[in-house]
Amino acid sequence: MSDVKVLTARWGKKDSHTLASYKADGGYGALEKALSMPQPGIVEEVKISNLRGRGGAGFATGLKWTFLPKDIRPRYLCVNADESEPGTFKDRYIIENDPHMLLEGIAITCYALDIHLAYIYIRGEFPKQAAALEQALAEAREAGIIGKKLMGKDFDLEVHVHRGAGAYICGEESALMESLEGKKGYPRLKPPFPAVVGLWGKPTIINNVETLANVPWIVKHGGAAFAALGTGKSGGTRLFGVSGNVKRPGIYEKPVHYNLKKLIMEDCGGTASGRPVKAVIPGGSSSPVLRGDEIDVSLEFDAIKAAGTMSGSGGVIVMDDSVCMVRVLSRVTKFYAEESCGQCTPCREGTPWMESLCEKIEHGHGVPGDADKLLDMANHIGGFTICALGDAASMPVQSFVKKFKDDFERHIAEHRCPFGEGAWGVSQDSREAVIGGMRA
Amino acid sequence: MPPHDPTKPGDWKDLPKDQVARFDAALAPVLQRYPPDKKEAAMIPALRIGQEIFGHAGTAVQQLCAERLGTSPARAEEVATFYVMFHTHPTGKHLLEICTNVSCCLAGADRMFEQLKRRLGVENGGTTKDGRITLREVECLGSCGTAPAVLVDEKVMEERVSPQKLETILGGLQ
Ligand SMILES: Cc1cc2nc3c(=O)[nH]c(=O)nc-3n(C[C@H](O)[C@H](O)[C@H](O)COP(=O)(O)O)c2cc1C
Ligand code: FES
Repeated sequence: MSDVKVLTARWGKKDSHTLASYKADGGYGALEKALSMPQPGIVEEVKISNLRGRGGAGFATGLKWTFLPKDIRPRYLCVNADESEPGTFKDRYIIENDPHMLLEGIAITCYALDIHLAYIYIRGEFPKQAAALEQALAEAREAGIIGKKLMGKDFDLEVHVHRGAGAYICGEESALMESLEGKKGYPRLKPPFPAVVGLWGKPTIINNVETLANVPWIVKHGGAAFAALGTGKSGGTRLFGVSGNVKRPGIYEKPVHYNLKKLIMEDCGGTASGRPVKAVIPGGSSSPVLRGDEIDVSLEFDAIKAAGTMSGSGGVIVMDDSVCMVRVLSRVTKFYAEESCGQCTPCREGTPWMESLCEKIEHGHGVPGDADKLLDMANHIGGFTICALGDAASMPVQSFVKKFKDDFERHIAEHRCPFGEGAWGVSQDSREAVIGGMRA
Repeated sequence: MPPHDPTKPGDWKDLPKDQVARFDAALAPVLQRYPPDKKEAAMIPALRIGQEIFGHAGTAVQQLCAERLGTSPARAEEVATFYVMFHTHPTGKHLLEICTNVSCCLAGADRMFEQLKRRLGVENGGTTKDGRITLREVECLGSCGTAPAVLVDEKVMEERVSPQKLETILGGLQ
């Protein structure tokens, strides 16, 4: 398996975030190349690359781009830098270490799709990263890369940073557009999809930060080279963010089809405690949990789907056998109860029910049948809501109860948490973090 | 002028003139980012500026934002109450927010949160008696690899926070 670095190659270099450093390493060369290509040719390369969305759903990027109606203008680009899925912490490092790579990806995308206005929607809790983007944008405007002309070419492009204000739901693409329009983040019914009716009712492409950061490499090396880094219908590398009970948590750039067990046991050094892996959440807190004996799987979108879960946002959370699964699920259900926007009844009402029933079991007040009741609640939320937050809230419940039924039954039988005070497991305060190959 | 009581319906015209002028000056460049007929898109930035200048985003500030963006106060209120980073009531001088989501708790955040509550004598969302610190439990801050994470004054992200580091952070919040 190759160890080509598409995204992290420049991380850790001195002043890697500056335009001077980026240009010294050949930065904006891909934009220059793109500007000499026919626009549909760029889209074609992205299609060939098998680039798939890194925001969670893994949708084919090139295909999404072709959904734009031919003759409606203006069109907009929204860059999703909301990064709020628990366990996910990758986009921020792209922004901190190599913001110009993202800007170059945005510029190429806009040129290819005839878009003249783009917004980077960044979560409000990332003030430092928002400032880094503003600074990079200022540099790019000053240098005549972005603005009235795109690197001297007659193509005007404006890119703006728009900061959110604390709401997980605004990472969902239609809620993001509502929020950007100055409203609360209520997701919209789909169809119509954003590519047809998006921001201010106009065709809009929404892509994740990491997705777009790959575009310069694809243009530079060709779609086929990118596809070759991956396998099947998934090209390239990904940033996997590993957290929880591992020796070396952090960001690892690996081919899309890297093995989950290898990532945890070799790259991250296994559990910090040396105890067996009990559970792994492989792609952000919404993805169904895997038992320790199920982690020998490829992280590739379709392969891991066949294993009953998803690699979603690439956020891998590892738990050793000292951790109480009911405690963890309680916290996960609390998250979705907090973050449900309140628009759909099953989600608004159901998520707090799941949380309180989970808490009840955790505190030893559960009665036989409660685990099944939890499942029943989850089954009545997922699939019955406007957006996928309902599914995101149900999948952890369904998988935790199914895979760790023992933990639930023991709480109910013993009328207490068998893990007691230490339900979160042995403390991990002394670990080292590794970000893209460097010590953080 | 006495501070405006945010629990009462306010009128932006009662807000101190010099602060309103500062608000307008800060808002003007932000408005350039949106198409001229889409001014209300600046609601989040406007409320954020208002909150910074007036201390919180209560009804008078909401009204001011709505007035400047050409939309209804109800729209401003809907936004101010939807997002957790807007405070419709005054908070303590400093805001200390600790993530207690899964990765942070696996790194000891639950115990630190308990320690903080005892140490400051407040519950979640409470403000210390001297008005110095408001403590809040928050959701994942996107720092799970360097957990536990604490956000100070919605500006500075403290990562790999240990109980000792927490003491240092608290000491800095004067
Ligand atoms: C509840 C919810 C939260 C989401 N949060 C994010 C997020 O924080 N960042 C992100 O890029 N995508 C997020 N998504 C996925 C987006 O809706 C969308 O699929 C993505 O931005 C598309 O970009 P991509 O194709 O490049 O991945 C979320 C989806 C849902 C349902
Ligand atoms: S879980 Fe605390 S920062 Fe992600």
